[in-house]
Amino acid sequence: MARAVTNNRKIINTAAAWAIGLLIFFPILWMMLTSFKTEAQAISDPPVFLFFDWTLENYSVVQERSNYGRFLWNSIFIAGGSTLLGVIIAIPAAWSMAFVPSQRTKDILLWMLSTKMLPAVGVLYPIYLIFIKLGLLDSVMGLTIIIMLINLPIIVWMLYTYFREIPVEILEAARMDGATLQSEIVHVLTPMAIPGIASTLLLNFILAWNEAFWTLNLTAAKAAPLTAFIASYSSPEGLFYAKLSAASTMAIAPILVLGWFSQKQLVRGLTFGAVK
Amino acid sequence: MGSISLSQVTKSFGDVQVIPPLDLEINEGEFVVFVGPSGCGKSTLLRLIAGLEDVTSGQITIDGADATSLPPAKRSLAMVFQSYALYPHMSVKKNIAFPLKMAGMEAAEQEQRIANAAKVLNLTDYLDRRPGQLSGGQRQRVAIGRAIVREPSAFLFDEPLSNLDAALRVNMRLEISELHQTLQTTMIYVTHDQVEAMTMADKIVVLHAGRIEQVGSPLELYNNPANEFVAGFIGSPKMNIIGGAPAAKRDAKKIGIRPEHMSLSQDSGEWKGVVSVAEHLGSDTFLHVDAGELGLLNVRASGEVNLRHGDTVFLTPDPEKLHRFDQSGLTV
Amino acid sequence: MATQHSRSAARLMMAPAVVLLLGWMLVPLTMTLWFSFRKYLPLRGGDQGWVGFDNYVRFVSSSAFWPSVQTTLIIVGGVLLITIFFGVLLALLLDQPMWGQGIVRILVIAPFFVMPTVSALVWKNIFMDPVNGLFAHLWKFFGATPVEWLSQASLQSIIMIVSWQWLPFATLILLTAVQSLDSEQLEASEMDGARPLQRFGYIILPHLARAITIVVLIQTIFLLSIFAEIFVTTGGAFGTKTLSYLIFQRVLESQNIGLGSAGGIYAVILANIIAIFLMRIVGKNLDA
Repeated sequence: MARAVTNNRKIINTAAAWAIGLLIFFPILWMMLTSFKTEAQAISDPPVFLFFDWTLENYSVVQERSNYGRFLWNSIFIAGGSTLLGVIIAIPAAWSMAFVPSQRTKDILLWMLSTKMLPAVGVLYPIYLIFIKLGLLDSVMGLTIIIMLINLPIIVWMLYTYFREIPVEILEAARMDGATLQSEIVHVLTPMAIPGIASTLLLNFILAWNEAFWTLNLTAAKAAPLTAFIASYSSPEGLFYAKLSAASTMAIAPILVLGWFSQKQLVRGLTFGAVK
Repeated sequence: MGSISLSQVTKSFGDVQVIPPLDLEINEGEFVVFVGPSGCGKSTLLRLIAGLEDVTSGQITIDGADATSLPPAKRSLAMVFQSYALYPHMSVKKNIAFPLKMAGMEAAEQEQRIANAAKVLNLTDYLDRRPGQLSGGQRQRVAIGRAIVREPSAFLFDEPLSNLDAALRVNMRLEISELHQTLQTTMIYVTHDQVEAMTMADKIVVLHAGRIEQVGSPLELYNNPANEFVAGFIGSPKMNIIGGAPAAKRDAKKIGIRPEHMSLSQDSGEWKGVVSVAEHLGSDTFLHVDAGELGLLNVRASGEVNLRHGDTVFLTPDPEKLHRFDQSGLTV
Repeated sequence: MATQHSRSAARLMMAPAVVLLLGWMLVPLTMTLWFSFRKYLPLRGGDQGWVGFDNYVRFVSSSAFWPSVQTTLIIVGGVLLITIFFGVLLALLLDQPMWGQGIVRILVIAPFFVMPTVSALVWKNIFMDPVNGLFAHLWKFFGATPVEWLSQASLQSIIMIVSWQWLPFATLILLTAVQSLDSEQLEASEMDGARPLQRFGYIILPHLARAITIVVLIQTIFLLSIFAEIFVTTGGAFGTKTLSYLIFQRVLESQNIGLGSAGGIYAVILANIIAIFLMRIVGKNLDA
């Protein structure tokens, strides 16, 4: 609106929004603060907010005692691997759908999206059996493949929407210039689509990192990523709030940062274009 | 190099046939313009020649060899797109180099060809810039440069001037014509603007609903249009088409007379009318005359004519320049 | 652009994705279907042969079935209500002129990016623990007895946790929709004399209707299969067994594969019904 907004209005809006924002963010904030407390202070009544003896002991305990590094590595491998693999498979598929559409393109796309709606419980046991047969149970490779499969529809979808924004004439010009299909994709399409590809990588890395069904059910000691590691705190020994907080902060911090960059992608990727 | 022929070429999209069987000969070194209203199939035809679309049936021959199933890269043709289609992530130099890179040309020869093209098109100072940093006219020249370096058998232009403003369009028209003089390569040029067609072409192909209405030199089409459509399409302002009594008198269903081929008089003449709008351009005067039963007639007189809205005028068509059309619209 | 070459290339290029997803969908589903028609208890005798629709009947007639449906409806319904209601309000608020809007957005969006096991455990222990949790301290401060959230108010607790996680999603989607509303429409209605509440009811809300529908459909599909939050908090106890958790238990805990598979097929059918509605809307958008 072109009208000047009164300062009063703005102050009220700001106050209300910040209050609500802080309220919503509070659990995360509190958790992060607790990670720097001693266990005793973590459960103290009345609770201490900022003025306590800040300590890093929880972080070192979690990292040393529980082989944190392996869980971290597993998360990185699974999230990164599944996303990269997915993008490699999806780029050609999205290319065909965006630039050589046929009558069936829309149906195929919708079908791909519908595979994401498959309830995991419905296929849990067969996958379990298949994994045992193939020796993929509790393996990082196995988990990477599964998570790639559940995110593939979104990756294809997102790349498709980004590719559609590229004018097809530029690819035709490349063809007239003598480019083979491979050259066309490598030298022309991909460089032009880098922002879109990056956004897709980002959002799907986040979704893969946070996946909490297959990572909990198909892993044990070897391949468990951070989701499973945190889940082990559901049956803890002794006081553990501060340690849980430290472990959790480490597990979510990178994703919070990445998440901030991927807001727009979230809308594009998860509403399948139904909201613009 | 550069002769193209189409034999019984058709194109359908699904069940819709947009180009019925079509034959066309394009000779080496000709500047051929495909012209026609929107949707007439001229761009489609160009894309068929380029290889960007498959023909539904028929044959395309380039320099004597059958090119119907050849992919675009193998047809030795270069295309300049309406939107220029430059590679936004590459510099001007890399854009122009791209086709040479695809052909696996040696770096030294690439450099030479690029330098030549840049000189011809005045792009030498812009070689390191990105397309986003160039003006419309400069981008167009880069697109042309990219086409030139390939030294193709023929150039294909798809409405290249549509995205430019009027003044720039006139300049670029001249530049492209000059380019043709210099290179002497076949050029196939698509436009909906009949002025571009008339000024640039050696041969004009007038298309309508996928059909070729007439092929000929600009003046041939102007003086001897084969049918009503061509007569009305070529020439601006449009030819006046009149039916009824004046046509019957001359043994035709309709007659056509161009605005510039009528004489004006305030005293006597064959047709009488009242000036409804008078446009004074100084160099010419365009009058729109309400001639009652004959409808609204356009008249063009050179110089300044002192007639205003409401004045009565008499118009007499020049019998030598009159065109007669039968009931199917063909010239008699 | 379509030539023979490009069309055959296109088919080839789509193949890997299509084949993989086809395999992913068909192979395990067929196996589940197969198991659902058999009496299969790996720990107590293995595959005991074809039993027809027996498992299907037993699944819905078991005493745990209707409670699980009810639980599912309550949780999904509760989360939808909370996230949509507050999501709309938040979206409208965030659309207003203010200072520091970017930061407020970050604060509001953050919960969506927290992994489910973290949010569930943090809520369960640090907030909801009846002895050491923050809520307990707060309740005691006001002289009230702390609530044993996860045992006494288990459904509410789960709803709270899940709503907290999904509110950002709803808000973000609805905010996008609100921002796409043409301000001229609102101005025109203002000129026509509409007051703020009327403008909301007649112009903003109908515009949001589409976005709300999308949010409902997408969230429903994901909410039907929430797992981690229940797994690490109550383990399905205290009446928090949703339909999918029930199936999970049948399969992995009591290892009655036949029964669990029948349940799984029910879940697939249910999800597909919702998916059909969602895909219809998405499909219409693709044509646009």
